[in-house]
Amino acid sequence: MTAIYGVPLQALFGQLLLGLINGSFYAVLSLGLAIIFGLLNNINFAHGAQYMMGAFAAWMLLNYAGLGFWWALILAPLLVGLFGIVLERVLISRLYRLDHLYGFLLTFGLALILQGIFQSKYGVSGLAYAIPGELAGGQRLPFMFLPNYRVFVIVASLAVCLSVWLAIEKTMLGAYLRAATENPALVAAFGVNVPLLLTLTYGGGVALAAFAGVLAAPIYSVNPNMGADIIIVVFAVVVIGGMGSILGSVVTGYALGLVEGLTKVFYPEGSATVIYVIMALVLLIKPAGLFGRTN
Amino acid sequence: MSGASTTDAVTDAALARETKSDRTLHALIFVGLAMAVAIAPFLLYPVLVMKILCFALFALAFNLLLGYGGLLSFGHAAFFGMAGYVCAYAAKVWGLTPELAILCGTAVSALLGFVLGSLAIRRQGIYFAMITLALAQMIYFISLQAKFTGGEDGIQGVPRGKLFGLLDISSDLALYAVTAVIFFAGFLAIYRIIHSPFGQVLRAIRDNEPRMISLGYRVGRYKLIVFVLSATIAGLAGSTKALVFQLASLTDVHWAMSGEVVLVTLVGGMGTVFGPVAGAAVIVAMETYLAQFGASVMIMQGSVFVVCVMLFREGIVGRLARLFRVSL
Repeated sequence: MTAIYGVPLQALFGQLLLGLINGSFYAVLSLGLAIIFGLLNNINFAHGAQYMMGAFAAWMLLNYAGLGFWWALILAPLLVGLFGIVLERVLISRLYRLDHLYGFLLTFGLALILQGIFQSKYGVSGLAYAIPGELAGGQRLPFMFLPNYRVFVIVASLAVCLSVWLAIEKTMLGAYLRAATENPALVAAFGVNVPLLLTLTYGGGVALAAFAGVLAAPIYSVNPNMGADIIIVVFAVVVIGGMGSILGSVVTGYALGLVEGLTKVFYPEGSATVIYVIMALVLLIKPAGLFGRTN
Repeated sequence: MSGASTTDAVTDAALARETKSDRTLHALIFVGLAMAVAIAPFLLYPVLVMKILCFALFALAFNLLLGYGGLLSFGHAAFFGMAGYVCAYAAKVWGLTPELAILCGTAVSALLGFVLGSLAIRRQGIYFAMITLALAQMIYFISLQAKFTGGEDGIQGVPRGKLFGLLDISSDLALYAVTAVIFFAGFLAIYRIIHSPFGQVLRAIRDNEPRMISLGYRVGRYKLIVFVLSATIAGLAGSTKALVFQLASLTDVHWAMSGEVVLVTLVGGMGTVFGPVAGAAVIVAMETYLAQFGASVMIMQGSVFVVCVMLFREGIVGRLARLFRVSL
């Protein structure tokens, strides 16, 4: 029993693990997008660029300040989140009264600028970022080799998704956030500072993207194009899942990562397009998305 | 959701009141434009002007969808680029004459527009933009992997051939004349569509979709038709560009190209008749000029996006129209 349908078990499990890793990034990124969209009604096109910035922040902290992976895991989301807060205050908040498409175009422009800046400074070949020493090596299982760091990425992303869900469902601030998503005018009438809530939500969503970026740095090389490559896939994930439910976007993220991994094993040529094909099918069968509400 | 209604309020109100004098003004501008296009190749590098004309036609097609249909497609590169591939393949491998090659590219683009459009119109507003972007990315990967597109190399050395098998158009000036005719044919077709009863229904759907549904209009059908029309003309522009540069490559199916056509339309003025042409001239000129200094096109485009969205949402022609209180 070392092969299924002619595919060696090792290759199968290897790709499934890789799929789960990709799924972790899809989940964290679509979670951030969904939270921002829920409150701001704005699709944050710069989400990919902010994920890329998270990876670069980790690299810079190591190479310019000598701070390692664990510091980066805390500091990079804070720094990039702060940057997001500035963006929201200075630019994005001025467009709330206009059609949401303008917010989409603005963040697209911001994504281009950020990607362009990092490209002209660091090139497009990518920079290496070592796996932290504590997580080097791996476990030799009977059917595959399991690198410790990859297990850590899956556990860490699950933990973050779970704590974000808890924060939204079980805390006072989360209650405000849910209420403001339903009816911002009413929440403002109760004396809640809604503009501040919007700013913090955007900052939080951006910090999530940066967190994913730090996790991604040791796996993929730190590259200015890494954000643009992933964000369109995440858009498809979001269309498939529908942005109505937080849990929905997380589950869809992991599931699609796994599907992508499986496709790589059984039909490698289709692995780049499988998520878009699934999106097309979902649009045919359930246009609102698997977890979406029609409005 | 109403696409560009916020900025178009001014121009749109003007369009509703569009008078005979406005039509005369449009006719005059068309004549002026035709004269400018006739003189341009003797003053500027013809290939540069042809590039502007192709981009202008592409943006006009895009503006038909966004400015009048209220649908923001972020995947129009799929039509532009795929039509270019098909046209280049037909001209080079099948050895078709240029007009047949362009026809092939345009037809495939129309078909692709029908397939992608039927999927995308199932959602509205921001979802529509994300879906078109994702579907176009699928087309990009297909172009990267398929055999006939030549992958990373693209299709190079496409022959310009003989028009109708008779007229040799391999010289820049001869091809320029063909490109100019295609541009004006496409432009006039779009002008006619905008000013037809169909165009009026389209604008009404953009401004108030629920009301049009309750009035008994089959909104989905109108959206699909305008999507296919837009894809077809974008394909016409892409096919022509493939002959002009004798090249079809991944650049034209990439998401950056989809972003560029949005930028061209935004700069020129969404929902204006002449805006996309002005936008194409400005953006192509700016990129050509900046490229000499090796500046990052990406940073430039991003900055123009941010400045336009924050401060200049009506675009060049939109601003002019408001200034002179005419409909342009």
